[in-house]
Amino acid sequence: MTKLTLRNVSRTFGSVVAVDDFSLALAQGEFVALLGPSGCGKTTTLRMIAGLLDPSAGTIEMDGEVISSPGSSLPPEKRGMSMIFQSYAIWPNMTVAENVAFGLQVRRVSRAETRTKVEQILDVVQMRHLRDRYPAELSGGQQQRVALARAIVVQPAVLLLDEPLSNLDANLREEMRYEIRRLHDEFHITTVYVTHDQAEAMVTSDRIAVMNQGRVEQVDEPRALYARPRTRFVAGFIGRTNFLDGEVRDGEVAFDRFAIGLEQFAEAPALSGRVSFSLRPQSIRLLRQRPPASSGSSAIPGHVVQRAYLGEHWDYVVRPADSGLQLRVTARPHEVFEVGETVWLEVDPRQMAHIQ
Amino acid sequence: MAPRDASAVTEVVRTGSLAARPVGYRQRWRHLDKSVFLWLFLIGVLLVLVINPLARLFWVSLQHVDTGALTLENYVTAYGRWRYLEALVNSLVLGLSVAVVCTLFGVPMAWAVSRTDMPGKGLVWAAILGTFIVPSYLGAVAWILLAGPNAGWLNRAYMWLTGAAAGPFNIYSMTGLVLIVAAYSFPYMFVFTRSALDMISSEMEDAASTLGAGILRTTLRVTLPLTLPAILAAIIVVFLEAIALFGAPALIALPGRFQVITTMLWQFFEFPPKVQVAAAYSMPLLAITVGLFWLQRRLTGRKGYVAMTGKGGERRPVRLGKWRWVMLGYCLFVTSLSFFLPMVVVLQAAFAKAWGRGFSLDNLTLHNVRFVLVDQPLTKAATLHTFVYGATAAAIALALALCIAYIVQRRLVPFGNALSFLAMAPFVIPGIVLAIGFYAAYTQPPLLLYGTAWILILAFATRFLPIAYANSDAAIRGINPELEDAVRILGGGRLMAIRRVVMPLLKRALAGAFILVFIPATRELSAAIFLYTTGTQVLSVLLFDKSDEGNFEILASIGLILVVITVALVMLGFRLVGRDFMLRRTSA
Repeated sequence: MTKLTLRNVSRTFGSVVAVDDFSLALAQGEFVALLGPSGCGKTTTLRMIAGLLDPSAGTIEMDGEVISSPGSSLPPEKRGMSMIFQSYAIWPNMTVAENVAFGLQVRRVSRAETRTKVEQILDVVQMRHLRDRYPAELSGGQQQRVALARAIVVQPAVLLLDEPLSNLDANLREEMRYEIRRLHDEFHITTVYVTHDQAEAMVTSDRIAVMNQGRVEQVDEPRALYARPRTRFVAGFIGRTNFLDGEVRDGEVAFDRFAIGLEQFAEAPALSGRVSFSLRPQSIRLLRQRPPASSGSSAIPGHVVQRAYLGEHWDYVVRPADSGLQLRVTARPHEVFEVGETVWLEVDPRQMAHIQ
Repeated sequence: MAPRDASAVTEVVRTGSLAARPVGYRQRWRHLDKSVFLWLFLIGVLLVLVINPLARLFWVSLQHVDTGALTLENYVTAYGRWRYLEALVNSLVLGLSVAVVCTLFGVPMAWAVSRTDMPGKGLVWAAILGTFIVPSYLGAVAWILLAGPNAGWLNRAYMWLTGAAAGPFNIYSMTGLVLIVAAYSFPYMFVFTRSALDMISSEMEDAASTLGAGILRTTLRVTLPLTLPAILAAIIVVFLEAIALFGAPALIALPGRFQVITTMLWQFFEFPPKVQVAAAYSMPLLAITVGLFWLQRRLTGRKGYVAMTGKGGERRPVRLGKWRWVMLGYCLFVTSLSFFLPMVVVLQAAFAKAWGRGFSLDNLTLHNVRFVLVDQPLTKAATLHTFVYGATAAAIALALALCIAYIVQRRLVPFGNALSFLAMAPFVIPGIVLAIGFYAAYTQPPLLLYGTAWILILAFATRFLPIAYANSDAAIRGINPELEDAVRILGGGRLMAIRRVVMPLLKRALAGAFILVFIPATRELSAAIFLYTTGTQVLSVLLFDKSDEGNFEILASIGLILVVITVALVMLGFRLVGRDFMLRRTSA
C-alpha cells in the first residue's frame, strides 16, 4: 500500500533549482534514504515532505490526499508526521520528559496515558534514568536519543530524519545507525532518512534514492545499488569503483588494448556503440599465473603500479599491458604482490555494471 | 513492508498514469495556516501606528483651517512672520552650539577613560551613567536653582565671596540653555567616542611614536582621526537631540523670552490650537532629522577606516604623569555640571521646607515627597499613570515588535524589509512631531482617542517601538528555527511554537527590552505634553505644568520620584540581563 507519493516535485530558490522533477513512492512501513552530496536537494525534499517548504511544481500525496502543491500546502502541524533535525532541536527550556511528552499533549492524550507512553519510549531508547534532566546537561548521543523518542512516541504517519547522526562522533554514529534500524523494525513507521553517508543509508534503509544536483539518479535496494549502479554518479558515489569506457564491435567490447566477448556480459542485448562500465575493485582477482580459461571469466595481463597495505585488505593499482588504464584492485591481506610484478587480472564481465 | 509493490508504484508515478487532482478552494482553505490572519492584523496595527499619524500630519498641514480645503496657507502663516523664523534660527544655533560643547565635554573624557592611566575612571563612568538617568527637564529645574538670576546658588555664592550686589549668572539665556542641553547630551558623545577608541590598538599609536611623534602629536594625528567617524555620528545625534527637545527649552527659553522650534510648536497649540499651522511648522524639523539620520547611517556604515572594523589587539594606557590629575579634574568638572551639582540641589529642594534657606537640619522635611505621593490626588494619580501608561506602552511596543521581528526573520510575508523599516521609522521622528501627528489623527472620528489614556499609551508605544524592535530582532536571531519546526511537525502550530518555545527562551532578553522601553516611557515629555488632558497627566507633564507656580520643592520632589523609578528599573535590568544592558539602548 502506498503511503507517500512525490509526483514530479521541483523546488527553486530564485534562479537556483534545488530539486528538479523528483518522483518517488513509499510503501506503508518502508524505510527510504535520500542519499547524496551536500547541496543535492535532499534536505529541501525532506522539508517539502514535512510541509515546511512549498514545492514550486508537482505534488506530494499522503494516503492518496494531496498535501503539498505549489501555493497550497497542508501546514506541517496537520500532517501527523514527526521529524528529527540535524541540530536535534531539543527544546532547551523543557526537561527530557517534557520534550518527549509534548507531541502527546498536543494530541490531547490523557495525562496518565502520556505518562505511561513517555516512560515506555524512554525505556526503549535507554534514557529513562535521565527523564528530569535539561538538554544542556546531556551529551550529543543522549540528545539524539531524546529526539528519537520525541519523534516516535506520537506514532507518526511518516518519520523524517535530516542528517540525524552528522553531529556525533564516529563510534556513536555507528551505534546509532543500528539503533535507528532497530527502532524501525520495532515500530514499522514509514521513514524518509536524509544522509550524505552511504554506510548510514545502507545499514538503515530498505531502499536508497541517490540524488545529484536536484535529480534522482537511481532508486534501489542497497545491494542492487552497489552491484548494479545505473549511472556514473551512482557508481562513483556508492563505494569505490573503476570506470571502463569501450566500444562494441565485431561481437566483442573493445577497451583500451584489451577486449571481452560481448556474449559474456549480462546486459549483452542492450549494448551497442560506445559503452561505459563500472567495475568494483573487489570484483577483480589478481593472479600470478594465467587462470585456466573458464566460461564467464576473462583474464587480462598487466603489472602492479602502486600498492598500499590497509590492514583489512590490500589496495593495488594495476595497469593492463600496454593500456593507459589504471585499475584499482582490492585483495585479501595474504595476497602479496610487489610493485612492478607481472600479474593476471581475472574479471567476471557479469559483475561489470553498464552505466549511462 | 513490500519493496516490490513500492517499485511498482514508482513505475506508475514515473509514467504519470495517476493524474494529480486539481487544487480546489476548499482544500486551499484547509491547507491555510490560520495564524496568517494574526500576522496580517499585526501588520495592520503597525501601519496604523506609524503611518497614520505621519500621513495625517502631512494632510492636515495642507488643509484650510476652517473649510478643510487644500491650501498652502498654513505654510504661509507658519513662515510668514519674523518671530516664527527666528525660532527656527534659534534652534539651529542651539543645536550647533550644543554639538560643539558636547564635543568639548565628551571627547577628552572618552579618551581619558579609554586610553589613559587617569585615576577614578569608575567614578567618572558612574557619573556618566547617572547623567543618563536624570531627565534633561529635571536638569533644567536644577540649573534654575543653581544659576537663576539673584537667588541661584552659584549667584549667591559669588555675591557672598565678592560682596557684589548681583551675581553674574543668568540661566534664562541661550548660553544657559546650551549648557543644560549639552550637559545631558554629552553622554552620547562619550559612549560613541569611547567605543571607537576601544577598537584602536596601541600598535597603531606605537607606529607613530617609533617615528618620533610625542603623545600629543600621536593622539592628534593618529588616534583622533581614527575616531572621527564616530565623533561625527555623535555630533549628528546630539544636534538632533537638541533641536527636538521640548522640556529644557520650555523651562528656560520661555522665561528668557526667546523661542525655539519646539516651544513655538507649543505656542501654536495654546487655545485655540492651530494644528494645521503647527503641522506645517514641524516640517523642517522632520526633514532635518530624517536627512541627518540618513547621513549618520552613511557615516557609520562606511568601512573606510580599518581600525573601526578590526579587533582591538594589544592595548596599553597612555601614561599622563601629573597631567592625569588635571584630566580627572576636568572629568569631575563636567560631571559636576551634569550630575553632581544638579543632584545635590534637587535633593536639597525635595527635602527642604524652603530651598532658599539652605542646608540646615531645621529646614529638612518629608512633607514635599509625602505631598506628591500621598496627599495630593492630582500628583498621586499622575504617579500611578506614569507607571501604568509606561508599562502598557512597553508591553504593546514589545509584543508588536516581537511579532514583527518574528514575521520578518521567518519570512512569513514577502515584504519583510518594508516592515522592518516601518518598525524602525519612529526612531527618526522627533517626539514632538509624532505627537502633533497623533493629535491630527486621533482628535476626530472614527478613531477618537484624544482625551483618553490610549492616545498617550499608543504615542509612547510608537515612539519607543524601535528600541523594542532592535532588541526583539537581535533576540530572535539567536533562536534556531528548527526548534519551532520541531513544534510544528509534532502538531503544534506557529502560535504554540511561539508560546511554548520562543517566549520561554527569550524571557530574559524580553524582560531587558521591556525595561528599556519602560524607562524612557516613564519620563517622556515632548509627546505627552501635546496629548494629555485633565485626568491623564503623567509626572513629567505635571512637573512641567507646576513650573509656572515656582514651587521648586514640589518640582524637585516629582523629579526625584522619576529618578528613583528609573534607578529602580535600571537595577532590575542589571539583575535580569547583565551589565551591558544600558548600552544596548544607545546602540539600538
